[in-house]
Amino acid sequence: MSNNKPRAKISPANAKVGDIIEVKTLISHVMETGLRKDKNGQTIPRNIINKFTATFEGEPVFSGDLHPGISANPYIAFHMRLTKPGSLELTWVDDAGETYSTTVPVTVS
Amino acid sequence: MVTQMHLETLDRRQFIVGAGAAAAIFALFRSFPAAAEPPADFDAAFKAIVGDTETGDAGVSITMPEIAENGNTVPFTVAVESAMTPEDYVKAVHLLSTGNPQPVIAAFHFTPLSGVATVSGRMRLAKTQDVVAVAELSTGKFLVGKQLVKVTIGGCGG
Repeated sequence: MSNNKPRAKISPANAKVGDIIEVKTLISHVMETGLRKDKNGQTIPRNIINKFTATFEGEPVFSGDLHPGISANPYIAFHMRLTKPGSLELTWVDDAGETYSTTVPVTVS
Repeated sequence: MVTQMHLETLDRRQFIVGAGAAAAIFALFRSFPAAAEPPADFDAAFKAIVGDTETGDAGVSITMPEIAENGNTVPFTVAVESAMTPEDYVKAVHLLSTGNPQPVIAAFHFTPLSGVATVSGRMRLAKTQDVVAVAELSTGKFLVGKQLVKVTIGGCGG
């Protein structure tokens, strides 16, 4: 599961200081609800991404507590006010304790 | 059968103690999923967020399809009007469902660095229902928005 690369894209790419940019993120994950049963009637254990966090140069920008009501392969889009160039750290954590992360460089034009 | 035979060998007092212990263990097991998903229904979930505070109903917009053909992935965008200054910003947006097995869909947390309190994603909807967004402001106020979504095929693996 650790080979599923999360993806993130910011737009517009050539924003100026003070502008608000949109960050679109996508990660592959089953987001198993824990409510479904397999063919033998056994409950499939829950495994969802329960936490998503975005920090810019150490400062929290956005985070989400996710529950089974979020679809598989969660797509999350949020915004950020551009204050300076830097890197945006995105982290996803699932029920199994697996952590996925990616870093998006943010430039200022 | 085994339990029955076992019970016959117990006197009344032992039986009561044993039954109490069994109930306690059962309650303990029950409380595990409850700890991860505290509120059992929409009203409890709503109350857990808002408490006894009066809620406003302006400024929260939920953009979702009126009719969702596939309840497994229903796109949503929630936007809350706010200046997003350190003095007055949207702290969180709680997304609740009125008809899913679990009422809480997600809670998104914002900071003044977010710029705008807008979030998009995709949710599961088990059936036709209202989706409710509760915005928690840094001033302590709560704003509530609601959107009815008709679901053709439910999205809970059923």
